[in-house]
Amino acid sequence: MAAGRVVAEQAAPHTVRRVDLKVKLLTAVVVLTNVLGNFSLSWGMKHPAAPLKDSPLAYIQMIFTPWVLLGITLLILWLLSRMTLLSWADLSFVLPVTSIGYVLTAFLGKYFFAEQITWQRWLGTLAIMLGMILVGLTKPNTTAREEGAR
Amino acid sequence: MKWLMVATIVACTVLADLLQSFEMKRNEVAVEDLRPGRLAGFLRNLARRGPLVLAVFFMAISFFAFMKLLSIADLSFAVPVTAATVVIETLLARLVLKETVSPLRWAGAFCVACGVALLAV
Repeated sequence: MAAGRVVAEQAAPHTVRRVDLKVKLLTAVVVLTNVLGNFSLSWGMKHPAAPLKDSPLAYIQMIFTPWVLLGITLLILWLLSRMTLLSWADLSFVLPVTSIGYVLTAFLGKYFFAEQITWQRWLGTLAIMLGMILVGLTKPNTTAREEGAR
Repeated sequence: MKWLMVATIVACTVLADLLQSFEMKRNEVAVEDLRPGRLAGFLRNLARRGPLVLAVFFMAISFFAFMKLLSIADLSFAVPVTAATVVIETLLARLVLKETVSPLRWAGAFCVACGVALLAV
């Protein structure tokens, strides 16, 4: 594996920029599909057309309601886009930079579910933003790539 | 029961992410593979890769364990558990996946873990 090691510094500047751009774009897709998927799922579960009965059949029927179905579709897209992102960037890069989703979810909760944002939550938001900025300053991919891989 | 669910969530999330990262790094996805005409082939290719199927299986266990945890514990307890996985996975990314985790990246992961824990307060 070491023989095929990719060192970012050795790549041409325009290649590095292209990699950075596609990683940034896909990171945005990963975050948005996760946040909107969880929101749709949560909205659908909290606003059922009829009161939810405590039976497996009721939960299966719930899956086919518009908001829950939209949520599941978005979360499938999240899974696929995250897998693709993991092929382009390190796990130790992907985890912190996609954590902005926690912050966006908190804001959606405040505006759509009237949840309270305490000073601890604001502090948490700042810590996540700081963490994201710090990790965003590092190179997305530092690991070896096997020879012959695309 | 509560700590059993916590252990299940952490272990399954960590395993799922490590498997996904390991397998996806072996064959980088080309941007062209994401075009609508080639998407079906891309999905077939993913479904044939054992580690990815295993990763989805672990994610499903983690999801159901999280649902169970929410039924027996507070959200303010359940969410910081996910924050713990950020630090554990960064450590394992260094040890298992041989990623170069610079001090800046460690600091970032630590900030994110603290932030997620604070969001749950």
